Amino acid sequence: MTITAETPISGEVQPPKLHPAVRRRRIKQRFTIVGLLVPGGAWLALFFIAPIATLVILSLSTGNVGLGWHLTYTWSNFSQSITSYGPEFLHSFEFGTAATIVALLVSYPAAYWIAFYGGQRKTSYLLVILLPFYVSQLIRTISWQFILADQGIFLTPLKAIHLLPQNFHILATPWAVIGGLTYAQVPYMLLPIFAALERIDRSYVEAAKDLYASKWEAVRRVVLPLSTPGIFAGVLLVFISAVGDYVNEVILGGTGTGVIGNVINSQFFVNMNYPFAAALSLVLMVALLILVIIYSRALGTEDLMGGGTY
Amino acid sequence: MTDQPESNPLESVDPSIIRGLTMPRISRRGFLGLAGAGMLGAIAAACGSSSSSSTGTTAGGSFSWATAKKAGVLDFANWPLYIDQNTVNGKTVYPTLQQFTKETGIKVNYQEVIQGNSSFFGKIEPQLKAGKPTGYDLMVITDGPILTQLMMYGWLTPLDHSYLPNFQKYGAPNVQNPSYDPGNKYSLAWQSGFTGIGYNPDLTGGEITSLASLFDPKFAGKVGMLAAVDTPNLVMIYQGIDPTKSGPSDWKKAGQLMQEQKSKGIVRKYYQQDYINALENGDIAISVAYSGDIYQANQSAKGSNLKFVVPTEGVFRWTDNMCIPAHSLHPVDAITYMNYVYNPRVAATMAEYIDYMTPVPSSKNYVIQDANASSGSNKASLLAMANSPLVYPTAADFTHAYYGPSLDPTAYQTWNSIFQPIFQA
Repeated sequence: MTITAETPISGEVQPPKLHPAVRRRRIKQRFTIVGLLVPGGAWLALFFIAPIATLVILSLSTGNVGLGWHLTYTWSNFSQSITSYGPEFLHSFEFGTAATIVALLVSYPAAYWIAFYGGQRKTSYLLVILLPFYVSQLIRTISWQFILADQGIFLTPLKAIHLLPQNFHILATPWAVIGGLTYAQVPYMLLPIFAALERIDRSYVEAAKDLYASKWEAVRRVVLPLSTPGIFAGVLLVFISAVGDYVNEVILGGTGTGVIGNVINSQFFVNMNYPFAAALSLVLMVALLILVIIYSRALGTEDLMGGGTY
Repeated sequence: MTDQPESNPLESVDPSIIRGLTMPRISRRGFLGLAGAGMLGAIAAACGSSSSSSTGTTAGGSFSWATAKKAGVLDFANWPLYIDQNTVNGKTVYPTLQQFTKETGIKVNYQEVIQGNSSFFGKIEPQLKAGKPTGYDLMVITDGPILTQLMMYGWLTPLDHSYLPNFQKYGAPNVQNPSYDPGNKYSLAWQSGFTGIGYNPDLTGGEITSLASLFDPKFAGKVGMLAAVDTPNLVMIYQGIDPTKSGPSDWKKAGQLMQEQKSKGIVRKYYQQDYINALENGDIAISVAYSGDIYQANQSAKGSNLKFVVPTEGVFRWTDNMCIPAHSLHPVDAITYMNYVYNPRVAATMAEYIDYMTPVPSSKNYVIQDANASSGSNKASLLAMANSPLVYPTAADFTHAYYGPSLDPTAYQTWNSIFQPIFQA
């Protein structure tokens, strides 16, 4: 029998005697910790663990909507996910990667300028960037569809002066999808980068210059490394949501630009093949998870952890 | 097809009549809603289905028309803008529903909650499976896989035709005993319509008459196809296959042609609902289309000049059906209403507003009567409607109009395994 401090006094072993008040306080503390964990834990159990468990069970089931789904440990949904919809998975990751890179290239200079040269108007500049995003993403994407139409307000004049051939089109190409994704994701890239840049102590940059660093070198060797946590967070936010997004593809894409999000949507809603849809979702999730782990290892989580210390 | 009529009576119709074919199936609004709230619903539905065991057929298990009684309430689920309505003092009212309440004392709780067959089915499926009331006594579902499943699993209440004298007396022969529901055991037509070709005459450079134009390399990159059951059915009609009687080998044939059309670069995109914008913007010249969409586009402020045509090879036909979900709380009220809408006077009022293909041919007399009682453009439009083969088709108009096949879940999986990869890649 193991004897702990809480075990009632028995035989020769004398546990250290605690003052009842101290004892009560310790118990109270323990309950407080447990109490604090309950809401978060319940939230996770309800909205993360339960749906994932349901998804896993569903993905291994067979049956149909009417007769219900029965867990038969059928793995074929997973192999079929890859064999039938490999190209769509690939498109999703291609478009997601491209959109993330473009969003980073666009956002970093903008965030840098606002953080270092924005002065009194920083908030106004941020507001200007965020303003369009107060309108539903769907409406904005449909507006792009209108603007970029083959005979729309953008292409018609260019075709009229023979800068572009008559059959040139932007819509229904991968470029339109990547453009739409990038446009939708820029704020999610810009804001974390801005926050990281904003936190950088300006005296570091001055110190670099005192040590004969050129302006460019100061950016490259001081500002850029110190803003890594912002980039890290921005890339994660943008990449994960861009890979899963299908609204852009549905509105701006065409034949040959299919993405996995839309396949999952159709499997759920059109085909009502819930197990297959669940398997597709899980494959996507696992693929994303692996990529994110590799990415965070490569970029170093220490940078992220150390983000708050300077 | 061997016996084609020399001229198609439906081709040269006043565009205002084409409103008769307005198809709300996946409305733009529905598409927007789906994109946003879709996944959540699916997951909720999936959770519900995985936990409940197989219940099989439950409809009518304990239900009998003999003991059912009128409750004085009717919960009616319908598509948006799919019934006669008026605005009185800023409030939307439904004249034929008000008349119904006056005549029968049944209060109608009318809800425009259906924006897609599948998404609505996803909402009511957990209750149906659990053997619980869905909250609706009457719903309007398009013939197709969802309706087939509802019938198969016993999730609809079989109709007692002794409550439906008007249907027998006034229902059009073309909606009696349809292929998807022999003997109208579970469903009565609400309205019907056609899916054919929509085109932009400025871009096609001429009149379009045949489905062959959808496969014409001349329009490479300028052809729109719909990512819907309508498209493969229309392709089969082009191939000379009767889609109603088609099977997996026919579907594969249609799939092959569609794949070929796609790999040749003829198809610009498989559209959900936004093909109308694409036609207006000049992205595409020609598309599989619901005629009602074309009408609405031409009526809109932009004033598009699009055309709808019933192809010479034939046309895909669909019917939206009234049916009573299983475990309905007020089935007698629902079936009383089903009988009521087959009253020619009521059908005429509804047709005048929604201009659909009405299932009650004799309502035509009332439309003419109403036309004579009015004047000016109103009179002209009512008369044109009364004489339109798209609202009051003749038997001949149906010789080349085809329903799709009845798809049970297994067949529907096969169907989807052929066509979904084409639509999505």
